[in-house]
Amino acid sequence: MAILVIADHNNETLNDATLKVVGAAQKMGGDIDLLVAGKGASGVAEAASKVAGVRKVLHADDAHYAKRLAEPMAELIIGMAGGYSHIVSSSGTDGKNFMPRVAAKLDVMQVSAITGVESADTFVRPIYAGNAMATVQSADATKVITVQPTAFDAVGTDGSAPVETIGNGAFPGISEFVAEELTKSDRPELAGAKIVVSGGRALGSNEAFEQYIYPLADKLGAAIGASRAAVDAGYMPNDYQVGQTGKVVAPELYIAVGISGAIQHLAGMKDSKIIVAINKDEEAPIFQVADYGLVADLFEVMPKLQEAV
Amino acid sequence: MKVLVPVKRVVDYNVKVRVKSDNTDVDLANVKMSMNPFDEIAVEEAVRLKEAGVAEEVVVVSIGVEKAQDQIRQALAMGADRGLLLTTDQDLESLTVAKLLQKIVEEETPQLVIMGKQAIDDDRNQTGQMLAALLGWPQGTFASEVKKEGDKLHVTREIDGGLQTVSLNLPAVVTSDLRLNEPRYASLPNIMKAKKKPLDKKAAADFGIDLTPRLTKLKVTEPPQRKAGIKVESIEELVSKLKNEAGVL
Ligand SMILES: Cc1cc2nc3c(=O)[nH]c(=O)nc-3n(C[C@H](O)[C@H](O)[C@H](O)COP(=O)(O)OP(=O)(O)OC[C@H]3O[C@@H](n4cnc5c(N)ncnc54)[C@H](O)[C@@H]3O)c2cc1C
Ligand SMILES: Nc1ncnc2c1ncn2[C@@H]1O[C@H](COP(=O)(O)O)[C@@H](O)[C@H]1O
Repeated sequence: MAILVIADHNNETLNDATLKVVGAAQKMGGDIDLLVAGKGASGVAEAASKVAGVRKVLHADDAHYAKRLAEPMAELIIGMAGGYSHIVSSSGTDGKNFMPRVAAKLDVMQVSAITGVESADTFVRPIYAGNAMATVQSADATKVITVQPTAFDAVGTDGSAPVETIGNGAFPGISEFVAEELTKSDRPELAGAKIVVSGGRALGSNEAFEQYIYPLADKLGAAIGASRAAVDAGYMPNDYQVGQTGKVVAPELYIAVGISGAIQHLAGMKDSKIIVAINKDEEAPIFQVADYGLVADLFEVMPKLQEAV
Repeated sequence: MKVLVPVKRVVDYNVKVRVKSDNTDVDLANVKMSMNPFDEIAVEEAVRLKEAGVAEEVVVVSIGVEKAQDQIRQALAMGADRGLLLTTDQDLESLTVAKLLQKIVEEETPQLVIMGKQAIDDDRNQTGQMLAALLGWPQGTFASEVKKEGDKLHVTREIDGGLQTVSLNLPAVVTSDLRLNEPRYASLPNIMKAKKKPLDKKAAADFGIDLTPRLTKLKVTEPPQRKAGIKVESIEELVSKLKNEAGVL
């Protein structure tokens, strides 16, 4: 048995999520190979070679993999599938994009966004916005799995696996990258941050995020998150959305400011270690999951909080 | 061009689903069912393409119980032209749904399939990608903008780092994200009109596709519950608790 893990990266850095995905793969049992497909990503391949518990790093380098579009990525992975019992990736937007394509071509039912590994063929995953946990057993010859990284511990980076250059898969030539607009930020990445300060509809504007959320986040070295309502209203970009259909986070500390606590939002943050809620409505459902709740007007207390930490 | 929109009947997003006491599944008896919210967005986008003169016909398909007709009718009331229901009482997996949709695509030959990125019951986020793979079509997943540019389709996608725009050959599969549009409410006259629009029914079992699931649900359990917290009276108390009790500051 061998497991192919697809590395998450941006050609420059290996995403920490990969360390957690390898952690999940270890629980499935078997040798683990790590695929780095990108353009000019030899630095990533080198970082991948240090990931603990990896047998070898397979490095594919081609312009077609620069943005990891689903069509060429799926072809590459399908071409390698023969040697593996499990194909595993994180449930970030890259993995969500290409993995089901791999699964369909292999005639496999993917197991999406798992949060637990019971055995080589049995996995736990949240359903209904995390209101229930399903334990499912796969009868497919190859297991195609995406992993919710926050649910697993990262492996170390003291490994020394060899890096092997591999050939390309087929290029379907049916899709092309046009442009991207990436959020630039010096703050930690939301999905892996130790502290997250999130704002909701109550903020009312992007300026209010800048005035009432950013300073606290910067003082704490925290990432910033938002509710769907805040994103829909244009207060923050889409990639800040925490929730069932946004990002799932599980920091040491999650501070929810002016967020009501809809089930779709809770699905993305209820596994945080400590939850703080600041909301002027004492009945707000967010208080049911908060370790520390403060019933207050955020515009009054946020400047004080910023001072006090 | 013709646009096909697959829609799923799911538990309404406002329902807090409970686990059955025998841990075999969730309890869906007497809960409100609705069209999957992402599919409403997909229907809206297809109807807008028609209104803009880019699409000629919008066909809606659902695979599920007889009652899924309600969701098809809703899509027809929003402006879709006709509906197709593949009936089954089985809870089908994404791979099976994708294979059935492939058959429908082969019959209907749409140039574009727009569907939801994720059904909010099973939270799997994979059917659109699987359908695209089976058809050998490109995919524009998690779309926040869809534009026809010459003979290509430009799709702006919500990705972890921000937004990415891809250019796709047609035919293609697009899956909707939340910011693609805001679905309309169907007006009463349009709801009445929708009752007269064609809705065909076929049995899902008649397509020659093995409907047997690949995954066995061994059990369904409650998620770990958080223990009840406390209310603090002031910022000072909050900071002191975070420092001294929780140890996270
Ligand atoms: C298909 C689907 C997917 C979804 N996915 C997500 C998702 O991934 N993530 C997500 O977050 N949501 C998601 N939602 C939306 C979700 O249902 C809620 O609508 C949303 O989370 C509400 O955001 P909010 O808490 O910011 O706004 P509201 O619910 O409007 O809450 C605002 C809160 O601010 C409080 N408030 C107001 N003024 C002040 C003040 N001055 N000081 C302090 N508090 C104040 C109010 O008491 C209220 O509790 C989804 C919905 C659907 C249908
Ligand atoms: N039974 C079904 N009938 C019609 N469309 C479906 C069905 N199941 C899934 N879909 C479509 O596939 C999308 C993604 O579903 P999923 O991959 O299950 O999260 C949904 O938003 C629907 O557009």
